[in-house]
Amino acid sequence: MKKDIILAGVGGQGILSIAACIGMAALEESLHLKQAEVHGMSQRGGAVHSNLRLSSEPIASDLIPEGKADIIIAVEPMESLRYLPMLNKNGWIITSSNPFINIKDYPEIEQLIQEIQKQPQYITLDANAMAKDCGNIRAANMIVLGAATPFLDLKLSNIENAVKAIFGSKGSDIVELNLNAVKAGRDHALKQL
Amino acid sequence: MQKLLLLGDEAIAQAAIDGGMSGIYAYPGTPSTEIMEYIQASKTAKENNIRAMWSANEKTAMESALGMSYAGKRAMVCMKHVGLNVAADAFVNSAITGANGGLVVVAADDPSMHSSQNEQDSRFYGKFAFIPILEPSNQQEAYDMTRYAFELSEKMRIPVMLRITTRLAHSRTGIVRGEQIKQNEISLPDNLRQFVLLPAIARKQYRELLGKQQQLEAASVESGYNRLIEGTDKSVGIIACGLGFNYLMENFVGGTLKNPVLKISQYPLPLDMVNELYESCDSLLVLEDGYPIIEEQLRGMLNKGKTIKGRLDGTLPRDGELDPVNVGVAIGKTHESGEAIPALVKNRPPQLCDGCSHTDAFLALNEALLEYGRGRVFSDIGCYTLSALEPLESINSCVDMGASITMAIGAADAGLVPAVAAIGDSTFTHSGMTGLLDAVNNNSPITILILDNSTTGMTGGQTSSAYGKIDDIVRGIGVPEAHIHVLKPLRKYHEENTAIIRQELAYQGVSVIIPRRECIQTLKRKMRQKAKAKALNI
Repeated sequence: MKKDIILAGVGGQGILSIAACIGMAALEESLHLKQAEVHGMSQRGGAVHSNLRLSSEPIASDLIPEGKADIIIAVEPMESLRYLPMLNKNGWIITSSNPFINIKDYPEIEQLIQEIQKQPQYITLDANAMAKDCGNIRAANMIVLGAATPFLDLKLSNIENAVKAIFGSKGSDIVELNLNAVKAGRDHALKQL
Repeated sequence: MQKLLLLGDEAIAQAAIDGGMSGIYAYPGTPSTEIMEYIQASKTAKENNIRAMWSANEKTAMESALGMSYAGKRAMVCMKHVGLNVAADAFVNSAITGANGGLVVVAADDPSMHSSQNEQDSRFYGKFAFIPILEPSNQQEAYDMTRYAFELSEKMRIPVMLRITTRLAHSRTGIVRGEQIKQNEISLPDNLRQFVLLPAIARKQYRELLGKQQQLEAASVESGYNRLIEGTDKSVGIIACGLGFNYLMENFVGGTLKNPVLKISQYPLPLDMVNELYESCDSLLVLEDGYPIIEEQLRGMLNKGKTIKGRLDGTLPRDGELDPVNVGVAIGKTHESGEAIPALVKNRPPQLCDGCSHTDAFLALNEALLEYGRGRVFSDIGCYTLSALEPLESINSCVDMGASITMAIGAADAGLVPAVAAIGDSTFTHSGMTGLLDAVNNNSPITILILDNSTTGMTGGQTSSAYGKIDDIVRGIGVPEAHIHVLKPLRKYHEENTAIIRQELAYQGVSVIIPRRECIQTLKRKMRQKAKAKALNI
């Protein structure tokens, strides 16, 4: 088993929570794992990404080689496209369709979605609306995580346990909300397949 | 044993806790910050009374760590690469004093300048100071080497540098821990003049330092961190340093590397091993995540020996970090990239947060400066450096910690009046105070904004040494009371703030304006903690 995952978004959107959930689930399955994060200056409202590598064999490089990523998981549509050079020819894009507009020349959202739809394999979802339906827009990142679960080769129960562990300190309501968000995202992706 | 999922920085911190360290000293700087933060958050570190507080700057940190080493205990000092410039005086001389308790200096380099103003290679400093260097190739090695570094330092009576780069520091993986050992008892150096670098003593100590080099080189062979891996294809021998080794191996996952490889993770270089590789191969390729230091030495000035490939002959890019692809291309692998980035994807540079106090301060400054024109604001290192970009475009320099005030002095001396300096609170106590003294003694016609957000913001909100002290410091250095103003940088006070700045720009002496409002991020964090505490009480 080997999964090379690019997580993408804008600083503050919660891609590291997604990475933490996947990482914890992978450890539960005794997989090797490396996760390269971006800290420091590039965090402030700028484009951020993380390289997450899972494998049943030991992993050498902290960075995924360009053109070798299996999945791009993005919480922002323009950011999902920024890492296309990283994605292999059979790779999947799983992305929220909700734009985060903090620059003057942000492109038309319709054009972005069209560009994503040109890719061979993709899932887009209105993560904000789905998170609102679950009870809180802040769970949008867990919606996206849920949509990615069919492609991760990890047991769903391990992902759910990770969500419980990571949000446990915030109370059972928050755990429930995030578990529901993961489920909603997953159901949506399975329907699109 | 259960593996811990740790960043490279955290692995170093955990190793220091496990390895009997008594104190850590540091100034925040990406990518080194998380080492201190991990120890500050560690329960074990607290129980064991490990000293873990931020220092005013890297030099004070280095000196305090040296003091702890003098007293016989294990100490660590951490900084980003450019922080080592600040600590350089203490660092270079600490090689000559030598260590007593184990002393480990962590220098975190940032090739590709993800969050830095240059990509200098700290291995140069190690070599310059005759200090041994450990350069881990992965996070587990970072853990193991940190423990080894304390032992080596005590055995050889010399500080040891642990040189890491961004990708190692900020990548997380499973770490196997070793057993916890006890801290040293206090014990003075056998020779009470060891740390007195009077010329007569320094000459003797320096000769001892030079004499140690052979033993240090022997340690580079014995430790096992450097190793020669046999190969049948002798057309190219590969020297792979630090992370370069991992990027090389990445290209042979599921395959075999036929070339001989010398993995280098400890310096001084083991010359016999290098020579063995050189003699057995037709040419060499050097992989260094940083400057081409080994490559340059192997080539020599005239480059008349065997072919040496690397960054200098174009086999690898001359600047920027190594990665699995550029290393793969260097060894002749083909590379297939994914699709190009579509043209409609726009850059999204970092920017000041919504509600940031710096934005309001710079909006007022921009307006007050309208009558003088652009190009007279010297600034510094911190979040506020982002005001160089759109939409504010307020500042015209960012060079090194503290350079804002002193560059404004020079520019004013040249006739650029008024000149303005904009510096953060933490940067001011790091390296701005001495510059302010120069300005006062010079009676420079400059206006200094000390942007006080009560934290070290850019690195994630660490405690600022300046907290609650700036006004007294400024007064104490001799700025007249009438020309010290504390402002509240909020939109609703824009007019009055602009008027005060305008008035001080016209003053022909030193004025200090302190826009003071807490960082929006640390404020949010505090409010979350407060809400959580309140919820728990109910």
